[in-house]
Formats: sequence, structure tokens, C-alpha cells
Amino acid sequence: MRLTLHVWRQASGSPSGRFERYDMPDADEHMSFLEMLDVLNNRLIEQGKDPIAFEHDCREGICGSCGMVINGRPHGPVQRVTACQLHMRSFKDGDDIWLEPWRARAFPVLKDLVVDRSAFDRIIQAGGYISIRTGAAPDANAVPIPKRDADSAMDAAACIGCGACVAACPNGSAMLFTAAKISHLGLLPQGQPERFSRVLDMVGTMDEEGFGSCTNHGSCEAACPKGISLDFIARLNRDLIRATLGKGMEVEAPAGGAG
Amino acid sequence: MELRSRVPDGPIEQKWDKHRFDLKLVNPANKRKYEIIVVGSGLAGAAAAATLGELGYKVKCFTYHDSPRRAHSIAAQGGINAAKNYQNDGDSIYRLFYDTVKGGDFRAREANVYRLAQVSLNIIDQCVAQGVPFAREYGGLLANRSFGGAQVSRTFYARGQTGQQLLLGAYSALERQIAAGTVTMYPRSEMLDVIVVDGHARGIVVRDMVTGKISSHMANAVALGTGGYSNVFFLSTNAKACNVTATWRAYRRGAAFANPCFTQIHPTCIPQAGDYQSKLTLMSESLRNDGRIWVPQQPGDTRAAKDIPDAERDYYLERIYPSFGNLSPRDVSSRRAKEMVDNGQGVGVEKNGVYLDFQDAIQRLGQHVIAERYGNLFDMYQQITGENPYQVPMRIYPAPHYTMGGLWVDYNLMSTLPGLFVIGEANFSDHGANRLGASALMQGLADGYFVLPYTIGEYLTSNKAGSVAADVPEAKAAEAQAAETTQRLLGVNGKRTVDVFHRELGRVMWNECGMARNATGLKRALAEIPRIREEFWTDVRVPGSGLELNQELEKAGRVADFLEFAELMCLDALGRDESCGGHFREEHQTPDGEAKRDDEQFAHVAAWAYQGPNATPALHKEPLAFEYVHLATRSYK
Repeated sequence: MRLTLHVWRQASGSPSGRFERYDMPDADEHMSFLEMLDVLNNRLIEQGKDPIAFEHDCREGICGSCGMVINGRPHGPVQRVTACQLHMRSFKDGDDIWLEPWRARAFPVLKDLVVDRSAFDRIIQAGGYISIRTGAAPDANAVPIPKRDADSAMDAAACIGCGACVAACPNGSAMLFTAAKISHLGLLPQGQPERFSRVLDMVGTMDEEGFGSCTNHGSCEAACPKGISLDFIARLNRDLIRATLGKGMEVEAPAGGAG
Repeated sequence: MELRSRVPDGPIEQKWDKHRFDLKLVNPANKRKYEIIVVGSGLAGAAAAATLGELGYKVKCFTYHDSPRRAHSIAAQGGINAAKNYQNDGDSIYRLFYDTVKGGDFRAREANVYRLAQVSLNIIDQCVAQGVPFAREYGGLLANRSFGGAQVSRTFYARGQTGQQLLLGAYSALERQIAAGTVTMYPRSEMLDVIVVDGHARGIVVRDMVTGKISSHMANAVALGTGGYSNVFFLSTNAKACNVTATWRAYRRGAAFANPCFTQIHPTCIPQAGDYQSKLTLMSESLRNDGRIWVPQQPGDTRAAKDIPDAERDYYLERIYPSFGNLSPRDVSSRRAKEMVDNGQGVGVEKNGVYLDFQDAIQRLGQHVIAERYGNLFDMYQQITGENPYQVPMRIYPAPHYTMGGLWVDYNLMSTLPGLFVIGEANFSDHGANRLGASALMQGLADGYFVLPYTIGEYLTSNKAGSVAADVPEAKAAEAQAAETTQRLLGVNGKRTVDVFHRELGRVMWNECGMARNATGLKRALAEIPRIREEFWTDVRVPGSGLELNQELEKAGRVADFLEFAELMCLDALGRDESCGGHFREEHQTPDGEAKRDDEQFAHVAAWAYQGPNATPALHKEPLAFEYVHLATRSYK
């Protein structure tokens, strides 16, 4: 199939960029989207031009490295699929394809389609963990966890940290990412002692990093390749209100904890 | 070079406890005076960095990813083994030890494997406490599944994303230490060399992948958790960035490379679809719990799977290995699949796969049960192939997946270069010639959480080397060399891209040093590789400059190292004139096609020492003794 690509090009270290047009006369429907870009890049190099920088690694939809806005949608037209798992059979002959990096204040562009997502790591540093020393754990079966809770925690923990939720949000909010981690840990008994300090610290850091506020728009859930549910944001908000009112520690963690 | 394994005396059950007691302790107040560099942030690296930071050491952790959470451990699907015996089906530390030594076809060090089985219990406890959401039964207790090469259910899992959940656990522990200030994280930083001062590893040279700046970082000890080298085949299940650079450059500085020819070809991957293919996708081995593997009995059969009656199908693993059937170990299953395809019984348009069929399981258990167990894998398969595996059988074929070889380490996980420790897939130690499923995650976390944090203290206290400044001549020389290599790569300005050379190398390695090897082919490869390397250095084109984010330059450096490493791999494969585990030499097989070991001559670890740019490396042998699991022919029949 013949395609016309319009790709955002921004030089390393440059504050601005622009779209450039590339012809792709012979894309194969069985290629993955990134393989199509590989073919294009190899041609650009042979022509003495600078290849398009984009992030990718596992190409199995799990590492969260890849991500670009394809025709206005993070990760492209197919729901619940990362850009690396997208195949060319989702496009048709003659299509124009527009490629842009994640656009969000908290994700500065490094080059072309590559952005700096280290703000996510700093949100996790603020409390996205359970404080357990290596070697200090009780037997793994000492605390039974209802299957339903474990399954819900897993639903939230499936987040791959790609940043599509931020890119999709008109406010550039990281609420879905943050809520996924807070819910994953908050649904498990092991996560209770730090539950309310965690939500205060992580949400605080999210604000400091320049992410916008959540206005329940819902585009994050629609863009999420792992289908992380908006319900987790509601859960975060409930925890946040309780933590802010200062009741959380007394009600939920009578034994103390990092509160 | 002397290979001192430092395995403690005494009965195998007591070695690790005794050793831990004998190891010198570092006074808590002194720990913060020691700096430790950890390269890599996968299961081994992140677990080690977090634990060392928690103990009070000053840790610097480096990764070439934008975040430690992207390390390739994240892609592991199936599970992690532990001898918990929660299923009451006869498992024990001794059985896990036994299965691993036997599964490795008697080419692993017994004492290391026993320790691995021992600490497997702690790993599961640790992960659950961190909040890893393992699968559970309705009663709230942990669920298990079985995996290849074992007859007990000892594999813990989190849907098809076990690696992801374990890595996120280790990552969260690491981020906690970063926040506490005990670990400094250097993302987007690629290690280019080890700095050796007075015969000890004292630092690394690093390229900042955003600015291109090359600099030195010094420490009292260095630990590499930089993964395996399956990408030497170009097409593998490894992530695109996985490479041999860190271990290869350490080898060139004096760390011996052990058993480089021991590579694992995973039996269940999606077959290649076209010439543009950039990598292969694994379908978890756990699928073999419920899927049945078959091919048409008649070579060249072009009927659709559903039109081939049961009587005309060959469920070849069930036929040849009645006791293990579809759960036969990876090396055996891969080889048999190759045999079927070579014999013209392959399926799919390209005739390059075998069927993995879920019809019986769906009829027995219902589609919802299969969807719950493997839903994400089925979705992934459909997304890639465009076929619905609930309706038509999956097509699978073996692909390079894991490398058992790696830098040689002693019982303390220290390489032959003092002060350089190697953990996880990057070392050679625990899996022998074939790794069992769900054992890689176990080993990465064992090394990182429970072994290295103890053993490194011994080195630090017995070598009271003070801190070294980053401007010592050795550091400056290594930096200059790294900068020169970068300039050389940029300066060739030839016609062909890096990928072209990598694909060509991969083709040679897959054909001559892949699932089956023979002396003629290996000699051919040993002649081909230097030719490709020479062409690379005269005709590669790397665009851009060294002082920017330059992905082609990163790739070029890695492929340049693969082009050197590949030769060592073939040399080792040629020298090991026997078949064992994943190393199948066609000259050495039983009449029914099983691997034939030669314990008289080859019950040893082959450790290669670098002798200079154009010199043949020197071979050193560490003899292996099997006192507990007696040498026997592996049988899964």
C-alpha cells in the first residue's frame, strides 16, 4: 500500500520543530507500524538524511517505551493496542498518516517523537511503593487475599507507564497513571499502612511536575493500551478526600504506619 | 588465569548458611563510605541496587532506558519458580535443585543451583510483601501452574505478565531508595567500558545518550546486571536494545566469558512473517499446559487445521515423550519442532511452524477459563497474525530467547576481574546448558536481593582500596578510547545501514550456530564473521553526530560488539564437541535424535580469556563435579 507520512521533526536540543512529509510507496499489511518506520529510516539513512527518532524496545506492548500520536490518537487507531503492536492492516492504501510526539507540559520533547517521561518516575518515588526491607517479609501465604481484590489490584498494576493517558488528556493530567499505582497498592492488605500518606505525596508530586488537573474527561481510559479503568481515578479521589480530611489514618490504619 | 570457584566445603544443604556466616561483615557506619556501581535495572540490577542502598551503601545505578522500569525483564510472561510446595505435590528445595541440574543437562555448578533453590522461598515472600499481585485461588492463597521440565506445580504467576509485576516490584523498591538518597539513578546512560585500576574494576565509562557526553564514574566495586546476548541472532524474542556490549567490554578488560555457545531457543514463538521482520514474539510456555502441539502426519499437507482428522495428526511430543508430553523441556521441544518443519510437515503459508491447539482444552474447560488463563496472550497473537486462536490453532516455531552463557563468576558472583560482579542473565552460573521455564526470574531476583548484597561485603572488606578519583590515567584512557570508537563509527560514512549488517550476522549465526550445529557449519561461520566485520568497518553508514541523541550510533556500537562476540560463540560451539542441553552438535546424537553428552571430556565450564585484538582467546576449564545429582542421561520419556 502507498502511504504519505507527515512526521514531527525536532532536532536534539531544539525548542521547536515542524512536520515533514515522507512517501512510503510500498508498505506491507503484515508489517508492524514500527517495522514500517524501520524501513523508512533505513531508506533515509541511505539517502544521507537523519532518521526519525522514536522510542521502542520490547515491541510486545509491555515495556511502555513506544508511544506516539498517530492521526491524533495516542498509539493510533486500534483500541487497547500500543504503537508497537499496531499492524499496517489497520490502514489502507492512499492513507495520510500524521505522527507526533506526546504533547504535554510535563513531557518535554528530546528529539522528533522522543519525549522525557522521567516525571513518572518522580511520582513513583513520592510513594508508589510498599516500604518493605529485603528479607523482612513474612511467609507469602501468611495473609490470604480475596481473589477479587488480587484481581482488581492486578487490573490496576497492568499499567505500562507509557504516558498515553497524559497525551490524550486535554489538561495533560497524569491522574490515570497515578490512580493505577495508588489503587494497585491500596487494594492489597500490604499497602494499607501507607495508603493515605501515599495518595497525598503522589498527588502532590504530580501537581509539582506540571501535570494538569483531572476534569473527568475520560480520554485517558479510551487511549490506554491496557484498558486501565477510570474507576481507579474515583478510588484515588475517595482516598484523597479521606487523607486530606485527616481521617484516613485513624480509620484505616489503627496499628500506625507511615501515615 | 585461575578459576577459583570458592564453593564452600560441607554438605550441600549447609554450604550457603555456613558461607554467610564466614563472610566478613561491613560495619554499618562504614557502608556509606563504599560506593557501588550497578549497571542495568532489570530484575537483578534493580533488586541489587535497591537492597544495597537499603543496607547503607552509596549506590549508582545506570540504565540505557529512559526509566529503570523498561528493562527487558518486564517482558517475561509465564512465571517464577519457587520450592514452596504449597500444592502439596511433593516439591522441595532438593527437588527444585535436582530438576534444575538435570534440566541444565549437567553443565551447571551444583552448589550455586542448590543456593538458588533455597532462596527461591524468600523471593516469593519478598514479592508478595512488596505488593506483587500474584494469581490467587478463591480461598485467597497463592495459585501455581506447571512449567516445562517439572512434574510439580511450583510456578507462581501474575496472568501472562509475571515479569512485568516482578520488575515493577523491584523498580518500586529501587525508586524508594532513590527518594531516600541512597541510590543515584542515571537513566539514558550507556556503559561503554570498565575502568581497571591496579587489576581491580574501579569504575565505568558512560555515554549520556541525550547529550552524547562521555564521562567516568568511579566506585569500590562494579556489578553488571546487563542481560543476555540473544540479539546476536538479530531475530530473537529479546527487546531491540538488548546487547552484549557491557559484558563484552568487561571481557576485553579481563573478565572471562563462560560457555558463550549455551543459548536457549524457545519453542513457542510466532513464526517469521516477512523480510522486514524486526523481532520475534514469544508466546508463553505456560500455553503448553493446555495447548497440544501437532503437525500433519503427511508432509506437504495443505488442508486447513480443522479439516485434518485426529488420526492424520502427529502429536509428536505426546508420542515421543509420553511422561512429559507437551511439557517437555525447551531444548527438546524446540529441536523436535525443527525436525518436523525440516521434514516438510510445517504449517502455515510459509510452512515454517507447528500447531499449538487449544480445541480440546476449550471443550473441556470452556472458553472463559482459557481466556482467564491466557487472554492477553491470545489477544497479542491475534493482533500480530490476524488469526483468532480461539478458533484456529496457533502457529508457533522456536526462536532465540535466553542465553545461559555469560561472564564467569565464582560462588560470590565475582568475575575473574576482581571487583567486577555479574548478576542475572549476564552471568553463566545456574542454568547449565539449558534453562528451565520460570527459572530466569528466580535467578535474577535471587542474585539481586539475596546473594550479591551479602557476598559483595566480603570483597569490600578484604580489599581496602580507597576511593579512586575520576581523573586517574586509566579512566582518562578508557574515556578517550570510547570517544575514539564513537568517532570511528561516525567516520566510516559508507553505504549500508547498521541493520543490514546485523541481519547478515544474524542469518549466519542462526544457520550455523542456532538450534543445531556441526563442525563444518561452525568453521564456515568463523570464516564469514570476520568478513562481515571488516565490511562493517569499511561500509557502514552512521548518520548524525556523537553529541546528540543518536539512536543509529547506539545501535552501531552494539552491533560492532556483536560482530566480535559472535566469533567467540562459534569458537566455543566448535570446541564443545558434544551435545548437551541447548547445544546440539549434529555429530553427537543417539539413534533416536537425543543429545549425547560426553562427560569424560566435557563436564566442565569453558571460560575464555581475552588475549588481545587479533589473538585467539585462551580457554580455561572449571571441572564440574556432580556429587548429589548423579550424571545420567536426561530422559523425559
